[in-house]
Amino acid sequence: MNTPVDIATESITLRIDDKDVSCRKGETVLQVARENGIDIPTLCYMEGLTVWGGCRLCMVEIAGSPKLQAACATVCTEGMIISTQSPRLENYRRMIVELLFAERNHVCSVCVSNGHCELQTMAVKLGIDHVRFAYRFPHLEVDNSHDRMRMDHNRCILCTRCVRVCAEIEGAHTKDIKGRGVLAAIIHDLDQNWGESSTCTSCGKCVNICPTGALTHRGTAVGEMTKKTTFLPYLTLMREAQP
Amino acid sequence: MKPEELTAMAEKVRKQDAHFSHHIHVCTESGCVSSQSDVLLKNITDEVQQRGLKGKVCVKGVGCMGLCCNGPLLKADDTMYQFVKPEDAGAIVDSLTSTPVVELVCDTKQPFFARQKLIVRENAGHIDPESIADCVAHGAYRALLKVLTSMTPQQVIAEVSESGLRGRGGAGFPTGLKWSTVSKAGGKTKYVICNGDEGDPGAFMDRSVMEGDPHRVLEGMAIGAYAVGAGQGIIYVRAEYPLAVKRLTRAINQARREGLLGHGLFGSNFDFNVEIRLGAGAFVCGEETALIASVEGKRGMPRPRPPYPANSGLHGCPTLINNVETFANIPAIMERGGKWFATIGTEKSKGTKIFALTGKIKNTGLIEVPMGIPLREIIYDIAGGIPDGKAFKAVQTGGPSGGCIPAEHLDITVDYESLTKLGSIMGSGGMIVMDETSNMVDVARFFMEFCMTESCGKCVPCRVGTYEMHELLDRICKRQATMADLNLLKELCDMVKQTSLCGLGQSAPNPVLSTLRYFENEYLKLIQSSPASHAGDGDHHVALEVLS
Ligand SMILES: Cc1cc2nc3c(=O)[nH]c(=O)nc-3n(C[C@H](O)[C@H](O)[C@H](O)COP(=O)(O)O)c2cc1C
Ligand code: SF4
Ligand code: SF4
Ligand code: SF4
Ligand code: FES
Ligand code: FES
Repeated sequence: MNTPVDIATESITLRIDDKDVSCRKGETVLQVARENGIDIPTLCYMEGLTVWGGCRLCMVEIAGSPKLQAACATVCTEGMIISTQSPRLENYRRMIVELLFAERNHVCSVCVSNGHCELQTMAVKLGIDHVRFAYRFPHLEVDNSHDRMRMDHNRCILCTRCVRVCAEIEGAHTKDIKGRGVLAAIIHDLDQNWGESSTCTSCGKCVNICPTGALTHRGTAVGEMTKKTTFLPYLTLMREAQP
Repeated sequence: MKPEELTAMAEKVRKQDAHFSHHIHVCTESGCVSSQSDVLLKNITDEVQQRGLKGKVCVKGVGCMGLCCNGPLLKADDTMYQFVKPEDAGAIVDSLTSTPVVELVCDTKQPFFARQKLIVRENAGHIDPESIADCVAHGAYRALLKVLTSMTPQQVIAEVSESGLRGRGGAGFPTGLKWSTVSKAGGKTKYVICNGDEGDPGAFMDRSVMEGDPHRVLEGMAIGAYAVGAGQGIIYVRAEYPLAVKRLTRAINQARREGLLGHGLFGSNFDFNVEIRLGAGAFVCGEETALIASVEGKRGMPRPRPPYPANSGLHGCPTLINNVETFANIPAIMERGGKWFATIGTEKSKGTKIFALTGKIKNTGLIEVPMGIPLREIIYDIAGGIPDGKAFKAVQTGGPSGGCIPAEHLDITVDYESLTKLGSIMGSGGMIVMDETSNMVDVARFFMEFCMTESCGKCVPCRVGTYEMHELLDRICKRQATMADLNLLKELCDMVKQTSLCGLGQSAPNPVLSTLRYFENEYLKLIQSSPASHAGDGDHHVALEVLS
């Protein structure tokens, strides 16, 4: 029953950064912004995977709402007025990225992902040249047990893109999280070495979806690890293809 | 169970009670059990038996009588006794027919008891929580009977709305509004969840309600389920509350056996069942979306809202989630009416609130007071003031999400609005009193450490932000900080508050912000006496070699 009235209620108009845009019912602020060429920084969001809402870089201001909202997790409503950039938001975003650098050991100059890392790119984009917070310098291990892939916990930002792609697309659910707070960490199966996992299919999706140098192919040297991201636009399709 | 059977059950117990000429009630809640009230109860039972008074003296274990610091508490007829040791059993039994044991008497006319107003805790101290018959004799399930036989779900919701009851779990959301949202949500399967996670340090109100009057909670849940159209209830309790779990389990089993849970309650076509889920004790699992994830068998982590549980909760179904004390208020509202409830309290905060008094205060324990009571009255009259001749410094309300209220604001009334105005919150009801010896920066550090270790780790501002705020507070406490550190701390507080995903992170800075608001001089004093603040600018920024 596609009466004109229905069509009208199915489409929504809103305003993002002084630009009038329209979208379908159910779309998130982030999706609509991207469709319209408006850039909102993200690290944990990945189209085709469930929304996580953990990195908090995509926070935007919504007129009339005292609280900031995560663009990736906010569904558009009629007449919304959104600002994605403001001195306050930029300051918060810078602090969040600084916190990520302080949390674990990120030494870009010796990282296999140097030059191809989303965290590094984000820092450059936000103009971060120093960190004001105390570095934690935690002792973390590198899991070299898998014969093709490597997990370096020093570089992990706990975005859980790997966990979600493994569970939702590959259907293996090899990865998950253990622990609380800054002690949280990615695990394989029941906190075993990756190489001993009985569920991992070695598909490599997690490596390619990981934004940082935490998941890499073995045998790569500094700056050599580039991720194959060509499959990423098809994640939604892959998911829909599942029974 | 048929309606007449409930009355018959109550009558039977009352008849039995009439045969007794004396009653001894021993507190058997966690506080008193920790000082051997369970042994005391056994000894008294034995003494009564030995004297051949079994048919004359009724001995029973009851819920918390409030003044836990003086436990074990015991009531023999109209005399209350405190600090009773197991070996006092004989003397107590003897006193029934002679004079009271003076050295153990606890004055029930003191303000601690006289100034309270009991609704939720009206039966604690009178009923045996392990006996459904005793609870029914004191009115349990009467409200449910009334609701199922004479009210429509809409009328129930209207009554709750009229009462003005607000959620006792912390945020104070209007309960009637929540119920009506869930009742309007589409879908055949709906759930009711009772939040008994109670993770705030220093809080034990909900534990006491679950241990002392579990049927009241079940009854409140059943009424909620009827109102919103749910058939299954879940009580989420932390495993650290073994006695509460035991009493609730027993209550559920008894209610099921008596037909007060199950199919076609009181001859209506309303079915309701309840099961218990144990939490492993993570503070964040008290947050509603994390709690639901935990019940679903997933890792207990919050998710962005909306959608709210009222529309999409447990297994994606509309879910009514309320706090233990919220549900425990419902039977009284149904029996006496929303109008009656609304006469108690202030304009926007209705009814009573249970508080757990702890810290540097004479009477520690549980109190139930009307909303709007002056804070001074709680601290100085009910709680008896500060011991050892020390001066009052501040009271912390709302636990790790709350703040401190200093002496100059002692005259405020205790309700949702005025506590929020002062930068604290009502929270779930913890009240930690501090005297002049407390260092407020240390208090802030304590709560930050709590938030840091309880952060679930999902979002960056809370996960790393609480760590860094704790670092800065620690540095200030150790006299290693500079003014730059204090400014950075303030900036972090703002960012973590504004950007965190759930209430834990959003409110983690509150203890810092409120101690800064009233006690900034303590921060400054520590910083001024730090060698670092005199050496250069104290800037310890680390250059980031991001770009190579
Ligand atoms: C970190 C965190 C911990 C919480 N812990 C509890 C708790 O232990 N008990 C509780 O009833 N509500 C707790 N809440 C509030 C719940 O999310 C929810 O709002 C409440 O159970 C709703 O019930 P009410 O409307 O009856 O208050 C917590 C919230 C947060 C953010
Ligand atoms: S390689 Fe594939 S199956 Fe193995 S952990 Fe990564 S995503 Fe999961
Ligand atoms: S390993 Fe990579 S994808 Fe997985 S959580 Fe860490 S940073 Fe994210
Ligand atoms: S605010 Fe803290 S507890 Fe809440 S989701 Fe974020 S990390 Fe978890
Ligand atoms: S992209 Fe929205 S929170 Fe990470
Ligand atoms: S626990 Fe016994 S009086 Fe409170």
